[in-house]
Amino acid sequence: MAVNLRELSKKKVPFTGGHRLCAGCGASIVVRQMLAAADHPVVAGVATGCLEVATTIYPYSAWETPLIHNAFENVAATISGAEAAYRSLKAQGKVDKEIKFMAFGGDGGTYDIGLQSLSGAMERGHNMVYVCYDNGAYMNTGIQRSSATPMGADTSTSPAGSKIPGKPGHRKNLTAIMAAHNIPYVAQTTPAHWRDLVTKTKKALEVEGPAFINVLATCPRGWRIPDDATISTLRLATDTCFWPLFEVEYGEWKLNYRPREKKPIEEWMKPQGRFRHLFREENKHLLEEIQAEVDRNWEQILRFVDGK
Amino acid sequence: MSLAAKSNEIRMALTGNESVAYAMKQINPDVVAAYPITPQTEIVQIFSSYVADGDVDTVFERVESEHSAMSAVVGAAAAGARSMTATSANGLALMWEVVYIAASNRLPIVMPVVNRALSGPINIHCDHSDTMGARDSGWIQLYSENAQEAYDNTLQAVRIAEHPDVELPVMVCQDGFIISHALDNLYTLDDAAVQAFVGQNNPRYSLLDVDHPTTFGPLDLQDWYFEHKRQQAEGMKNALDVIPEIAKEYEGISGRDYGFFEEYRTDDAEAVMMVLGSTAGTAKDVVDAMRSEGKRVGLVKLRVFRPLPVAHLVRALRGKPALAIMDRAESFAASGGPLYKEIRSALYDCEQAPMVSNYIYGLGGRDIRPEDLRQVFEDNLRAAAAGHIEKPVTYLGVRE
Repeated sequence: MAVNLRELSKKKVPFTGGHRLCAGCGASIVVRQMLAAADHPVVAGVATGCLEVATTIYPYSAWETPLIHNAFENVAATISGAEAAYRSLKAQGKVDKEIKFMAFGGDGGTYDIGLQSLSGAMERGHNMVYVCYDNGAYMNTGIQRSSATPMGADTSTSPAGSKIPGKPGHRKNLTAIMAAHNIPYVAQTTPAHWRDLVTKTKKALEVEGPAFINVLATCPRGWRIPDDATISTLRLATDTCFWPLFEVEYGEWKLNYRPREKKPIEEWMKPQGRFRHLFREENKHLLEEIQAEVDRNWEQILRFVDGK
Repeated sequence: MSLAAKSNEIRMALTGNESVAYAMKQINPDVVAAYPITPQTEIVQIFSSYVADGDVDTVFERVESEHSAMSAVVGAAAAGARSMTATSANGLALMWEVVYIAASNRLPIVMPVVNRALSGPINIHCDHSDTMGARDSGWIQLYSENAQEAYDNTLQAVRIAEHPDVELPVMVCQDGFIISHALDNLYTLDDAAVQAFVGQNNPRYSLLDVDHPTTFGPLDLQDWYFEHKRQQAEGMKNALDVIPEIAKEYEGISGRDYGFFEEYRTDDAEAVMMVLGSTAGTAKDVVDAMRSEGKRVGLVKLRVFRPLPVAHLVRALRGKPALAIMDRAESFAASGGPLYKEIRSALYDCEQAPMVSNYIYGLGGRDIRPEDLRQVFEDNLRAAAAGHIEKPVTYLGVRE
């Protein structure tokens, strides 16, 4: 499954510019790269969130491929219904085209309110790809914490206060939860690693049955980073092993990127304004705790990968 | 409705749930997504057997909740599939958000609802609090007196929902246990007649039409939302023309005629009762008994609650001295149940409007006995004679 940048760049991606996502938003890059990877027409679904509200403002739509938005927590069930319709109509000879189905949700619509809908759709075995663009908070409604928010992050519902220094507790490991569904394909990637992302998208689309891809995506507003720091910040997420690139094919864990030198988590956190308060002297212990969690998660993945 | 049947019809003994599941089999929808809940469960179970035995072409999704059931049928209907689900009470409540979205997307989904009391306290028996709560969701609502009507309404619902002037989802309501679990004799059409009647679904837009990509469910702000709601309201209004058309066509193949409501011995009635659902059967017996005693009582059984056929109701009720509205739901307005409010309002501009009283009854499956209904008629005959109603809202058959 060789991916050629020259070929890819010539492809007409059915997602236009002119939408209202912020400059530097990771979500639009994710969608563009993923739709570019598809070799067949895609029927897409989108959960309520930034991606939806910024790309479908009636009477305009940035989507030049069929799209459905239903509600916040049900994009998996919605696309599963569309996929069921496709199977039914195809079996009855009423549709003949090869069509792929993709659902896009943010971490709010995926980790939290939409987790049941996602779990159900994956268990039922629909031939669909669920994509979570994880920017680590409810950015659409103004940066409220989610269960994907990293520990210590300053959000509007976990503010860095004088008593409580940002979000308490670590994030949920959703990708591992999805791997535990024993579906054909689960992966974690970022748009900073375009080849990794495109390859994984192709695999997910080609596999027979459900696939889940978790994509770390920046939110310049929520992360308090400059518009042009999207790719560099995402690279640091993988180089610090905050966001390992891996895939799980039929229960087989595979690491796709092993940094030559694992950088301290502070290097990823330092450029992000949402972590600024953690660098104060009194919060130093939190940085240590965060580093310890990153290390534990990384070791866990290595164990899974090496089968130890 | 008359008990007529055409010669090619098949007489069967079915419960309400069985009759609806059988109608679904004959409709042969492209997609069903459903979650079991008492008292609807049998519909899902029976339909599962049809699927397992290859009796239908349906792709049947056994989803993990009613919220996902409604979400999946929204996706399926948007993809051009004739789509159905079924539920009761808390299941409908869990769907709530998406019930509205289904209607606003103008998706012709048909959903049998087996009426059951909403929690809390938890209760599995019949009242209409579930579908009454969904009365402003933009769905057409048909209520059924018995298994025959549940069957006939389900078939007609497909045509009403998909009619290009309507394009709205339809709830087909039947009373939990009282209809859903009671064995009834009914006539069913043969499969070919049902297929000819329901025909093909020809949606205007489909997600699967990849050459003409459409965005469903966009963000719709101050400059367009209102226009879309206005169009939705027009679809509901158009249903007032379409429902009788479909009923006429259905009468042609079944011999059974369906109006917005049934008038039973109301011609010279001094006291008229209005009910939804299975209570009509009991009420008809009471009307017959009281008529034989020379008492001028009659019944209006409302079949179509959404859209509300105001003009027809006004014509039917004008000049009747007293009207008792039976609500199997409480709306906690401290001023009467939902059916009462709507009918009383409909009669406001009517010349010679009847005096209207309200009886809230049967909550949580509390039995409604002939003597209860007789009491309502007696109250109203007295009111008609006296020229005034003593008590506008009465809780009937409850310990107070």
